[in-house]
Amino acid sequence: MKTRPSLALLGPRCGVLPLSHADAGRRLDSPLRWGGLALLVAFLALLPFVADGYIVYMACLVAITIVSVVGLNILTGYTGLLSIGHAAFNGVGAFACAVAATRWELPFWLAIPFGGLMAAAAGVLVGLPSLRIKGLYLAIATLAAQFIFLFVVQHWTSVTGGDRGLQVPSPQVGGLRLDSDFRLYWLIVPVAFAMCVFAANLFRTRIGRAFIAVRERDYSAEVLGIDLLRTKLLSFALASFYAGIAGALMAYFFRIANPEQYGFGSSILQLTAVIVGGLGSILGSILGSLFMVALPEVLKGLATLLSGADAARSAVMLASARELVFGLLIVGFLLLEPFGLAEIVRRTRARLAVWPFRT
Amino acid sequence: MSPFSLFLEYSLVGLASGGMYALIALGFVLVFKGTGVFNFAQGELMMVGAYVYLTLTQMLGAHWALGLLAAVAVGFALGALVERVVLRPLAGQPTLSIVMATVGLGLVLKGGAGLLFGPEQRQLPELLPRKPVFVGEILIPGGVFWTFVASLAIVLACLAWFRFTRSGVAMRAAASSQANAYAVGINVPAISAATWGLAASTGALAGVLLSALNSLTPHLGDVALAVLAVLIVGGLDSLAGVIVGGLAIGWLQAMTGAYLGGSWREVMPYGVVLLVLLVRPHGLFGRKEIERI
Repeated sequence: MKTRPSLALLGPRCGVLPLSHADAGRRLDSPLRWGGLALLVAFLALLPFVADGYIVYMACLVAITIVSVVGLNILTGYTGLLSIGHAAFNGVGAFACAVAATRWELPFWLAIPFGGLMAAAAGVLVGLPSLRIKGLYLAIATLAAQFIFLFVVQHWTSVTGGDRGLQVPSPQVGGLRLDSDFRLYWLIVPVAFAMCVFAANLFRTRIGRAFIAVRERDYSAEVLGIDLLRTKLLSFALASFYAGIAGALMAYFFRIANPEQYGFGSSILQLTAVIVGGLGSILGSILGSLFMVALPEVLKGLATLLSGADAARSAVMLASARELVFGLLIVGFLLLEPFGLAEIVRRTRARLAVWPFRT
Repeated sequence: MSPFSLFLEYSLVGLASGGMYALIALGFVLVFKGTGVFNFAQGELMMVGAYVYLTLTQMLGAHWALGLLAAVAVGFALGALVERVVLRPLAGQPTLSIVMATVGLGLVLKGGAGLLFGPEQRQLPELLPRKPVFVGEILIPGGVFWTFVASLAIVLACLAWFRFTRSGVAMRAAASSQANAYAVGINVPAISAATWGLAASTGALAGVLLSALNSLTPHLGDVALAVLAVLIVGGLDSLAGVIVGGLAIGWLQAMTGAYLGGSWREVMPYGVVLLVLLVRPHGLFGRKEIERI
């Protein structure tokens, strides 16, 4: 995999003079960056009060997608292990959470991590062959795992409810039921925010660097003293944990967990988000998720505009148009902008830094 | 009928449908062997071929032979175009990019077909005789039997072509070592494009045969996912493995379908995939990948 040029950004910048090693590694090293963070937090906190219900609903959906896509990016973008079955781990998380919430009546703050942990366990199981097989073969194995997962969910009706799925009660905080999008927003968005911060910082630690080393050349990484099996399994576990948390949030958000949501199509959507956003970039995962959730809505708007009254026909056409556009995006980004939206942002930033001169 | 003759009947029908799998898998193996790319869009190339055939024979009223010829020609052109426009610029990129490019391509074709032809199931005109064939006292549906014969004939023709013709040998040379192929004056890029074209042509034939047997929707290509098992069992780069793998999976699927039920039939190939990947990743006949550091 090509090395990303983004490390250049960590070097000295205008108006910032790092005096120690700790200073140089700091992310929030200037008033500008503190200001940016404060602005982002303020925006997220104010959004549900000023925006209408539709925007809040979409914001929740984007946040959930971000959690899942960040997980997939840890596995595929940072560790270089291609998974075409990520949605299966969403499913494991969703069903584990749903069972915990309905059968055992666990509160949400236990049920959601339980979903994440069960997904992580499933991830380790699927990741076990990853030492022996890699690249294409691993991708095929994850694809097979995806279909086997769907089969298990559809046939283990006593636990999963089969095709009908499981109804999930709204989470409860004290006496307050989080039963509207507005209320769930305050659960979903902080979780997504925290998980993004964790992931971004992970790649400044020994473990995160080991992931990247494995991606670049796994045998060379082993020579450097990185335990390959442990690192790959950890990456699988972490990615699936993220997927599981996203699945659990999804279960609470849609109030149902059913196998339809966690099929091959959803896996492909998440991979598209990773590629469009940028492989090996947290910012990319965020941008990619935003893009991939917003895009079908735009298409939907266009479809109703074009086809007018015939709703059933336009829904069918919409599904095809979605596939077409997703496919074009994947191929187009891979050919023309392999590092995705994140790279566009980086380039723009670099250009702005020396504006009005040319880079 | 005794349980044993029932078993025989299931076995024969299973083996017969395995011939179809072998033909579908052939397109994957050609491309993988020739260019090292696993083409997730192969199923969609099949589907395109079938729609070309449908358009010509049913909508324009052409003779079936003309339709078949057109399907093969369009398949060839499309395959070569895809190689030139998408895969060649990605040469040397990590597996991830190449795999995702073919997945994206498949989505484009599927979505495009959906927009053009709509989601309706379409019935192709009869291509092969429907009259059932009797083996002893066991009955095999005519469509299944003749599809088996046609599929196997196409696969064997490809094998013979690789073995005995000049262009076939050139393809094998380019597959085994690009540098050496260049050195003896083979036009490797042209060979790659031709390999893709050939794979797409066999795919188009498979698509026509398959949809004449069942029916045609833009989702015809999804069958190709079930064929993964054939490829993994036989080995991704083995032409002979395609036949053995196809027959084996066809038989296994008939068995699971008959004795365990329809939904097991769907999931069985994926179980086989995982099992083989764990025990013998290069399959029965595939070449073991040796990685140099």
